[in-house]
Amino acid sequence: MQIALFVACYNDTLFPQTGIAVTNVLERLGHTVTFPLQQTCCGQMHYNTGFHREAAPIVRRFVQTFANEEVVCVPSSSCVAMMREHYEMIAEAENDPAFLADVRALLPRIFELSELLVNYLGVEDVGASFPHSVAYHPSCHSVRVLHLGDKPIRLLHAVNGLKLIDIPNKEQCCGFGGTFAVKNPDVSGAMLAEKQANILSTGAEVVTAVDNSCLMHIYGGLHRASSQVRTLHLAEILASQERAQ
Amino acid sequence: MSIRVGKTSKAPDFPIAAVTALENAQLRQNVHHATEVIRNKRALRVRETADWQELRNAAHDIKQHTLKHLDHYLIEFERNCQQAGGTVHWARDADEANAIAIGLIQQYGGEEVIKVKTMTSDEVQMNVALEKAGITPHETDLADMIVQLGEDEPSHIVVPALHKNRFEIRDIFRKKMSLPHLTAEPEALAGAARQYLRERFMRVKIGISGANFAIAETGSVCVVESEGNGRMCVTLPDVLITLVGIEKIIPTFQDLEVFLQLLPRSATGERMNPYNSLWTGVRKGDGPQAFHVILLDNGRTKLMHSEMERETLDCIRCGACLNACPVYRETGGHAYGSIYSGPIGAILSPQLNSLQYSRTLPFASSLCGACYEVCPVKINIPEILIHLRGRVVRDDQKTISGTFSQMNLAMKGAALVFGSRRRYEAAQRLGRMGQKLFEKNGQLEHLPGMAGGWTRFRDLRPLPKQAFRDWWKAREAARPSPESEPRP
Amino acid sequence: MSASPSAREEILSRIRAAVPADRSDEPENITRTYQRIGSLRRETCLDLLLDRLADYESEILHVAEESGLPAAIAQALNNAHEHSVLVDPSFPAAWLPQGFDIVPDNNLSIHAMNGIPAVVTTCEAASASTGTIYLVHGGPQGRRAITLLPDHHICLLNRSHVYELVPEALAAIASHSSEPITTISGPSATSDIEMTRIRGVHGPRHLTVILYGRI
Repeated sequence: MQIALFVACYNDTLFPQTGIAVTNVLERLGHTVTFPLQQTCCGQMHYNTGFHREAAPIVRRFVQTFANEEVVCVPSSSCVAMMREHYEMIAEAENDPAFLADVRALLPRIFELSELLVNYLGVEDVGASFPHSVAYHPSCHSVRVLHLGDKPIRLLHAVNGLKLIDIPNKEQCCGFGGTFAVKNPDVSGAMLAEKQANILSTGAEVVTAVDNSCLMHIYGGLHRASSQVRTLHLAEILASQERAQ
Repeated sequence: MSIRVGKTSKAPDFPIAAVTALENAQLRQNVHHATEVIRNKRALRVRETADWQELRNAAHDIKQHTLKHLDHYLIEFERNCQQAGGTVHWARDADEANAIAIGLIQQYGGEEVIKVKTMTSDEVQMNVALEKAGITPHETDLADMIVQLGEDEPSHIVVPALHKNRFEIRDIFRKKMSLPHLTAEPEALAGAARQYLRERFMRVKIGISGANFAIAETGSVCVVESEGNGRMCVTLPDVLITLVGIEKIIPTFQDLEVFLQLLPRSATGERMNPYNSLWTGVRKGDGPQAFHVILLDNGRTKLMHSEMERETLDCIRCGACLNACPVYRETGGHAYGSIYSGPIGAILSPQLNSLQYSRTLPFASSLCGACYEVCPVKINIPEILIHLRGRVVRDDQKTISGTFSQMNLAMKGAALVFGSRRRYEAAQRLGRMGQKLFEKNGQLEHLPGMAGGWTRFRDLRPLPKQAFRDWWKAREAARPSPESEPRP
Repeated sequence: MSASPSAREEILSRIRAAVPADRSDEPENITRTYQRIGSLRRETCLDLLLDRLADYESEILHVAEESGLPAAIAQALNNAHEHSVLVDPSFPAAWLPQGFDIVPDNNLSIHAMNGIPAVVTTCEAASASTGTIYLVHGGPQGRRAITLLPDHHICLLNRSHVYELVPEALAAIASHSSEPITTISGPSATSDIEMTRIRGVHGPRHLTVILYGRI
């Protein structure tokens, strides 16, 4: 199967290893990955910050770039949430029926990574091996908009050697919230402190999520506190072939 | 016309007010504890209610329908209430509502009133107006009394004094009730309140209440409470004045079956709160013989133009969103600078104010969606927050300072960058070069301007040398076969 | 008599200007798929109510028929060491016990009512799922003040008036929807002091429910 990758602007720029991991996993499963180079951003940062007019051309570009793809894989639940919640509204506001039709045609073909693996490809064991203790942070968009349920958990359970640990109060927001993190840095920092304390209480070596946005924020706090806990995107764990020593 | 929502005109911006709140360890501890207790109790009640989602759907539908036909239902309410011996007044704004109340109180020759909890009266700052007119208001809700005697402000919709611990309450009561030996045991404090207030309930002849629901079909008013002071205030005085926001109307008596199941579980995590009082107009020989309703607009009609904004008025003031909100959890209610705090406050206060005040509130959220999840009437608060952010941004862009603000310039710049592959890849390269100024020990530190907000609390790894697309392009270039030609 | 007719007209016209022009006058379809009819057997329903009342630390007394009511009321008063009881004048005299000071509410003053330790009334209905008693005021259920001021409320509940769900109980009292109604679910309470639940702030701190009659 040919799968188009929308890696997301922040992954492209800050977390290339996530895109590389997604590519490796999908190719390992026997699929062909394509990466349309015209892609930039899904428009969420602008839209959620109130820059609605400015978001519209960014959305158009995304839709144009992927219009002819059979299926699109997005290793970022917040981007997929943006698309499902707002793309139709944005197209309607543009008063452009053709654009709206394109959006509606494309949306069903877009999948967050764990949705793609479990729902679309029907696979839970991707042949990964990662002998470490791992805490899973369910990001807000993945829980409350995408309703991912336990898909990421099932994928993690199938990873060889992995020990999965629950984070207390796991569904409480980590405090990133996009531009919220810089517009309300003090509150964001306080929310992070709680999430961090909850993560550290698990004793896990690694914390993972389906969003690098949360992980960047969590890393920022953990590293500032000189913690050795690593942050890895789900894709990186699924790509891992690390064997126990 | 003076739309007024409490003291919003004097409130500092949320990010600044939040810093003060975050420094108050006692407050944060109290807020953590209180919100967690109610949140857990609520969750328990919801789990045992098999038709919870169905109830939410019905409540949402009823409210949406009512608001669409609000004129019809207000007229029906007025007719039925007056037929039963009540008098209905209409107030366009806070000043008018207060003037009507004061006029009535003076008409009946009163100098004191007993009040049962109503946020609406805080919204219009009725106590301030009463005192200016030489009328003494006595709050009778335990928490409102604590706040009033402590010369403080409420910090939560349902538990207004949650920022106070028992020792602080004891000190307030000792001083204001002249009880120098009062202990801090909650039972003793409640006992002191009972005595103190019983005297007032028996003596004061004019009562002021709000309403949780006003039923159009019968012209009735419903007050939902736990302590019993509501029953006291709506039953014992000779005169009762009830202040009702126009959005409190529900069409029929039957509709109570939905809201009375949703509200107690959402507000306090109980299957049913101790007392609900329902009355219609005046009843000979039972309760106040003069009953006046003041229907209040104070900006609500402005919210009705857009379907999205109108949804804000579905709110039944349960406070569940406050208890679920991870931002409120850290700051408590005062930081919002409005009687309506938390997620609902973040959308209601700015809209009532026509975005003249409370403009930072729509941004006081990480958009996590926990509020929407718990809202018994399914108000899509995150969506409305984003909508209001849009309004604030567009308003700001019409000003010079807004056009040249860091955020606006950054966003305009980013939009340009995202609009072209060439500019996007150039920006990536520029970022990798420019960050060298801020790189130290493998981290980015002390970023300038807005971005400095990040590095104050968090480390940030530098941009990697190779973006994903660089890796991809290199890999494609190294491939021998034509089947993986890069798309134009 | 309504003051400021212009305020009324202005508010109404603001509303009309704001709502969609194409709204129909037909009542819309409200999705009422929540449970409106109970599914429990009557006996189970009654047991559930008793559970809830016990949760509230209410005293619960059982009699089979009305003839047992005077003794039960006497027991409730004796248990609480009370000698006088307030009652609406229309309360059935045959149900009242001998040997107590029965005070009929002949338009008593607030102070007079406040001085009486107990009150006895009937009630209109109860919903078991929430442990709620519904009073429709007037007649033997009394005007509102009599169940508010005394500290001990003795409430007679006919077993045939026990429903499972709130919608059922409200439907049962719907014909009285314009009369004063009070719902009681346990004694008054507050959690305003450090979230510690304290019972009995205002209103009766002691509730006795006497169940009588066929289920």
